[in-house]
Amino acid sequence: MTAKVMLCRCEDVTLDEVDEAIALGHTDIESVKRYTGFGTGWCQGKQCVTLCARVLAERTGEAPTLPFTPRPPVHPVPLGALASLGAHGGDDDA
Amino acid sequence: MRSRARVVVIGAGIMGLATAYNLAKRGVTDVLVVDRGYLCGGASGRNGGGVRAQFSTETNIGLMRESIAICRDFAAEMRINVWFRQGGYLFLARTPDKARALEESVALQNRCGLSTRLLEPWEAQRIVPELSIEGVTRASFNPDDGVVFPWPFVWGYAKAARDLGVEVATFTEVVGFETRGNRITAVKLRPTTLGEVNRHEEVRPAGEVFSVACDEVILCAGAWSPQVAAMVNVALPNHPHRHEICSTEPLKPWLGPLVADLTDGLYFSQSMRGEIVGGVSVDPVPEGIDQQSSSAFLAKYARSLVRAVPRMATVKVLRQWAGCYDLTPDSNPLVGRIAEPENLVLACGFMGHGFMMAPVMGRLLAEHVITQQTSELFARWSLDRYRTGRLLHESMIIG
Repeated sequence: MTAKVMLCRCEDVTLDEVDEAIALGHTDIESVKRYTGFGTGWCQGKQCVTLCARVLAERTGEAPTLPFTPRPPVHPVPLGALASLGAHGGDDDA
Repeated sequence: MRSRARVVVIGAGIMGLATAYNLAKRGVTDVLVVDRGYLCGGASGRNGGGVRAQFSTETNIGLMRESIAICRDFAAEMRINVWFRQGGYLFLARTPDKARALEESVALQNRCGLSTRLLEPWEAQRIVPELSIEGVTRASFNPDDGVVFPWPFVWGYAKAARDLGVEVATFTEVVGFETRGNRITAVKLRPTTLGEVNRHEEVRPAGEVFSVACDEVILCAGAWSPQVAAMVNVALPNHPHRHEICSTEPLKPWLGPLVADLTDGLYFSQSMRGEIVGGVSVDPVPEGIDQQSSSAFLAKYARSLVRAVPRMATVKVLRQWAGCYDLTPDSNPLVGRIAEPENLVLACGFMGHGFMMAPVMGRLLAEHVITQQTSELFARWSLDRYRTGRLLHESMIIG
């Protein structure tokens, strides 16, 4: 029996699941993200996006398109801190 | 790709895929669904997953009861887990106007057979103990409303449609139409590819234009519908309106219903993945199709959510994104056949409710295309009302 290979630890996405997505024809990184949910957990792709992109490149033989469209914030921010920003959300309030 | 199809569906969002699936289920399998980008790239992959029957018109209440019933059976029928959870919808009103509107809606919902209850603020707090009811004057709760995880819902329809013989062609954009007399004879298409690095939302052309002949075209392109319709000289009154949304780190289950505040457009729910997913109305928004995120949204959402649930102050936001509502001037959809071209069927203008309405609308649209008959609903929701001036209303719009 082959051990499970985890590509995305936050969302429990395995190598097999990414392979399945690719086999179904999802050969771009945005589709694979939406099919498997990889990169949408705590680390927001910081750990898994290169692994998934590498698998995609290996399986399709095409150059990797890196990364998927990043979503703000860069690092998790507490709602309490965000609530204290000005009406326009920060820099433009000065 | 095939060179002809009986039906070409434009847009592989939930509306187009649900329609294609229902066509195929009824024997019309010669269907091609095209989309300029990837699955879940538009509003179908960007919404909050809310599914509710609490509306203010008999039509929407009735349709959404059917949609909820379909959602309940979806996992078994489509063999995919859509994380459907019926935790109810809790609406809050803070002004006399909104309280009155809520009271009228609940009375209507009860006449339609929904078990919605009108609540005093303290009763709302019993449903969500963490809720601050300061300033809340009225609330309503329907236990049958719920939330789904949108992505697998889209994949479920796509796979089920494909299994029945439908071709779903992503990365394929419509660039024009061929017409003869009063009919579309072919759709002109062009391959696309992912956009610039970090801007994948904006796909770009990647190949030669080709034509697919067809008998019928169904326009399910959501906020993109007006620009597609314009290619065949049809002026649609709907327009895109950016809505932003965000999700937090996952928490243990604590929040039963989706909470929606009618006063400032705040809504939030807890997904089966544990995240708190929500948004708030922001005004003004950039014109046209815009799927960029703003820090102004995060600030307003955070203030509004922390006011509603003070304990959320320590919870962290992981990600924010945006999508486009497809708004009409009278808050009701644009559905059904039009006068010219006569073989173009509209299915757009769903006011940010397209996702939750797709299960039932996919069924009705497929029947409309197959039987060629116009129901009372399709007559009411037709584009023609903008010519005759018989406009409609709906007050329960959130986000």
